[in-house]
Amino acid sequence: MIPACRLADLPRGEAFRLDIDPPVSVFHTVDGEVFAIDDTCTHQDASLADGWLEGCEVECPLHASTFDLRTGAVDAPPAKLPVRTHEVVVEDGMVYVRLSTDAPNLPPCVTARLAGGPA
Amino acid sequence: MRTVAVVGASLAGLSAARALRSQGYDGRLVVIGDEPHRPYDRPPLSKEFLAGTLGEADLALESDDEDLRAEWLLGARAAGLDRTDRAIRLSDGRRVRADGVVVATGAAARTLPGTDGLAGVHVLRTLDDARGLRDALALGGRLVVIGGGFIGAEVASTAYGLGLDVTVVEAAPTPLAGPLGEAMGGIVSALHTDHGVRLLCGVGVKGLGGERRVEAVLLEDGRSIPADVVVVGVGARPNVEWLEGSGVAVDNGVTCGADGRTSLAGVVAVGDCAAWYDPRAGVHRRVEHWTGALERPAAAVAALLSSGAAAPGVPRPPYFWSDQYGVKIQFVGHTAGADTVTVVEGTTDDRSFLAVYRRGGHPVAVLGMNQPRLFTRWRKQLAHTTP
Repeated sequence: MIPACRLADLPRGEAFRLDIDPPVSVFHTVDGEVFAIDDTCTHQDASLADGWLEGCEVECPLHASTFDLRTGAVDAPPAKLPVRTHEVVVEDGMVYVRLSTDAPNLPPCVTARLAGGPA
Repeated sequence: MRTVAVVGASLAGLSAARALRSQGYDGRLVVIGDEPHRPYDRPPLSKEFLAGTLGEADLALESDDEDLRAEWLLGARAAGLDRTDRAIRLSDGRRVRADGVVVATGAAARTLPGTDGLAGVHVLRTLDDARGLRDALALGGRLVVIGGGFIGAEVASTAYGLGLDVTVVEAAPTPLAGPLGEAMGGIVSALHTDHGVRLLCGVGVKGLGGERRVEAVLLEDGRSIPADVVVVGVGARPNVEWLEGSGVAVDNGVTCGADGRTSLAGVVAVGDCAAWYDPRAGVHRRVEHWTGALERPAAAVAALLSSGAAAPGVPRPPYFWSDQYGVKIQFVGHTAGADTVTVVEGTTDDRSFLAVYRRGGHPVAVLGMNQPRLFTRWRKQLAHTTP
């Protein structure tokens, strides 16, 4: 498990971006739930932590695809693939993330960059 | 309703088809598209697709396992609408009778009169346009872009990245002054000169030089700009001619209520061809934004399925983005009527800032350059506070 941040430092309605590779974001919803998903939109290189959080969904800050924090599912184009979800554990006021072992759905430009190709 | 026909198979048409199914419509669904392609995403055509970093498969708007149980009539152009039985006449002679019609025929790129048949002159609207332009840009040389709007600016940016010698010609004194206002239009279009792309403003185009192939762009002040490739980016006109005589009222686009309903019962219109009534502004507005084509069909379909009984929701303020020279440009709202514009974060010199347009002290629009996080907060706030 990876320690992310203290729950007290993450106000409701806010997100915390874990700078690992690929980055993961922890969201604290207005209703007080905590979720973790891959931070990068599956369509293009955008940080979902910068997005529009409403209920249990976050809208990509660039092109408006919305991801369900509970399932990772995407509702509308331009993104077509879900983001990975990660297990969250809150212990003694600390938020931990247990990373998914699935392959991430990174956007083509990021995949190309990681592969050393043209981005 | 037993048959609904969606005329137009791009983002607005696909979104309407999806909305029909998600709102419980279970009858026959026919989607008619004049291009031979399945629905694809247009924004990358001037950017990543043109640059060669995205392929055609990446443009698909449908997911692999999606099944809308629709009949797709692709490569079939709508030629008319018969009001008596609400039948769509196709250019190949076929007729599609429908109980409900969603008009999503989009817009077509404007061209320059008298340039037909001259090789090397391009517009950019469709996948086929983009394929042709991509192949032309791959040869390098001198590109002249006519029109400093968003399409023209994105093509200029992409071509600059591909190593072409680029000139942008804009008839107005300041590019993008319409959507962004004079001050911000000047700042955003300065991205061209930042990168050594020539920007000629306040001068019209008289014509194009060349016999079979374009050789130059001739300006009204007498100058001649040598060109191997010319891109005409001077806006788009709504594809509504086919509705003539149908009883569907058309002005600048299909005239619609605040829920997409047209003057003809059982017919709604969405996307670039539709001018919805904007209750905030008290006028009809044709919004040519990707996000409008994505979001509004749900409201139009609700109105169609309920014969207008569904209360239209308040649409979000219009939002669009542009990517130029590696800078993310985002804009939400309307500048019309704004009396001030203030930079509230960053500096314009750094090309990283957020500017707020206000009318009587109230925010009505926001422009961001390379500020996606802050921009999103403002966009959210504008959606919740704009009366």
